[in-house]
Amino acid sequence: MSAGRSLLVGLALVAVLALVPVDLTDIGLPYPGLRRYGTYILTLWLVTAIAAMGVNLIVGYAGQETLAQAAFVGIGAYLTAIVTKAGVPFGVAFAASALVTFVVGVLLGFPALRVQKHYLAFVTLAFTVLCWLVFRNEQWLTGGVMGIRDIERPSFLGWPLRNHVRFYWFVLGITSILTFVLWWILRSPWGRAFTALRENPLRAESLGIDVRLYTLVAFALGCAYGGMAGSLYAPLVEFIDPSPFALGPSLLFMLMVVIGGSGTFLGPFVGAGIAVLLPEWLRAWETWYLLIYAVLVMVMMAFFPGGIVGLLSRLLARRGTATGGRP
Amino acid sequence: MADFLQLLISGLATGAIYALAAIGFTLLWQTSQTINFAQGEFVMVPAFLALIAMRWLGLPFVASLVVAVLASMLLLGVAFRYVVVGPLIRRGVLPLVISTIALGILLKEGVKDFYSAEAQSFPTLLPDTLITVAGVSVSLAQLGVLVVAFAVIGGLQWFLAGTRTGRQMQATAQNPTVAQILGVPIERMILYTFLINAVLAAMASILISPIYLAKFSNGETLGLIAFVAAIVGGFNQVRGAIVGGLLIGVLDNLAAAYVSTAYRQAIPLLLLVLVILFRPQGLLGRREERAV
Repeated sequence: MSAGRSLLVGLALVAVLALVPVDLTDIGLPYPGLRRYGTYILTLWLVTAIAAMGVNLIVGYAGQETLAQAAFVGIGAYLTAIVTKAGVPFGVAFAASALVTFVVGVLLGFPALRVQKHYLAFVTLAFTVLCWLVFRNEQWLTGGVMGIRDIERPSFLGWPLRNHVRFYWFVLGITSILTFVLWWILRSPWGRAFTALRENPLRAESLGIDVRLYTLVAFALGCAYGGMAGSLYAPLVEFIDPSPFALGPSLLFMLMVVIGGSGTFLGPFVGAGIAVLLPEWLRAWETWYLLIYAVLVMVMMAFFPGGIVGLLSRLLARRGTATGGRP
Repeated sequence: MADFLQLLISGLATGAIYALAAIGFTLLWQTSQTINFAQGEFVMVPAFLALIAMRWLGLPFVASLVVAVLASMLLLGVAFRYVVVGPLIRRGVLPLVISTIALGILLKEGVKDFYSAEAQSFPTLLPDTLITVAGVSVSLAQLGVLVVAFAVIGGLQWFLAGTRTGRQMQATAQNPTVAQILGVPIERMILYTFLINAVLAAMASILISPIYLAKFSNGETLGLIAFVAAIVGGFNQVRGAIVGGLLIGVLDNLAAAYVSTAYRQAIPLLLLVLVILFRPQGLLGRREERAV
């Protein structure tokens, strides 16, 4: 798809998404909109998708493994909650979350990427557990297991976002901007270097691409996406405690990106959708959804490692070239 | 001083158990490039297999342990090799990493949903009687753990270095292509590695469950410790995994006593960070020798 067409499709999608929670019966359409809880789930999907986009950048484009995304979401969420409670405006807290997680990403990635490929997985694993310990133990700062409650939703240019639909629009706006930024980065020469890396690292290096630097920046940027997601998560839920930032959720971030299709642009949105909606649909079965989810991942890895988006685009391509072409 | 010695001995006892899990992890990585993110759950599950054999089949304790080891070999060895790893082994490391992460979740949630979410007490092989020598009290159970764990490690070392099959396994780990040309049945050697890993995990499970109780979520900590022990000691060395495991066991116990219990879990992680910063090949490791 050409750049212009992709942008148009993107804008149309944003417009449709903006209308999803709105009651359209007033203007004569038979669509009642979403209730409060539905809008909340939709917003949660967007926030999760931002963090998943970061994981996708790290896993799908830079070819590394990160098991710390929930920890970075946690850093963003705690930072935003603590700082806004002290009276700092949300915009500053959001920018600080992005910056802090980017810097932590660099500090974490630098030593790990110096060594060998899979060390980043273990370092991020250890980092997640360390962060969780800090969130749980430093009561004076994070409230310990009791967490932080009554986190205020911000206002945007003097327009209060307490209302759930308004807050959804706000998150949708930020998600669109971050999606556009990532799309732009991946199309830039900088992003093309990733494609080169993924296809043939040796050749990429011989063409003068500094593999380690690119990988490090991609990792840090992915972490910053996690931090920004966290910064939105805190005012969305209005309450944070350590449990959503533990090791288990970090693993789930990795799995959702792979289920959606790692290395595909839309994969994180599909994966985040499944990760947020599956527990809602399978609510009657309580924790069973994790069992189903785990089996689903293992089957997908064995048969379609490209994830759902990879599978769909393969099916579409096959229909397109039904007569001849590569099998 | 007596306190310190006591802590040292109990640290070595838990450390020897960690070493068992770390050795299995290292062996799998060496022979089949499988980074098993479910290793912690592999140490959690066998205790529940033994509990099932006791409660549901009504077997006596020792017979249940035998059943647990055999069932582990079948489930965590053969089934893991052919059902989970088999279809993925040629796809590279990342899909396998993802799949073992999912397997870990499956085992954890499976135990929670089908057995119990509560911590289960687990009988010890030896009674908890204290023996006091020169002011240092050590429980018989702790000595038992030390003896059994070191016997298993010693037996494994002898098997790997002293038997024909063991040396064939080492050859497979070092260079599968050359090993195959020299007539080593590498497929069978890889299966043996998976079986050995299952037995090591089952032994670790049986030894650690009386201390920490059997609980579905134990795998998180145990897995983390196994990874850290393997990396700290040197990823491509069985000896390294032993040293790493013992070191973490001792540090863990000393930290809990002298530093703080709240950050006890952080000690192995800090050790990991230090090693990666200053000695990335591990304490006993050499630089990665594998070509691919």
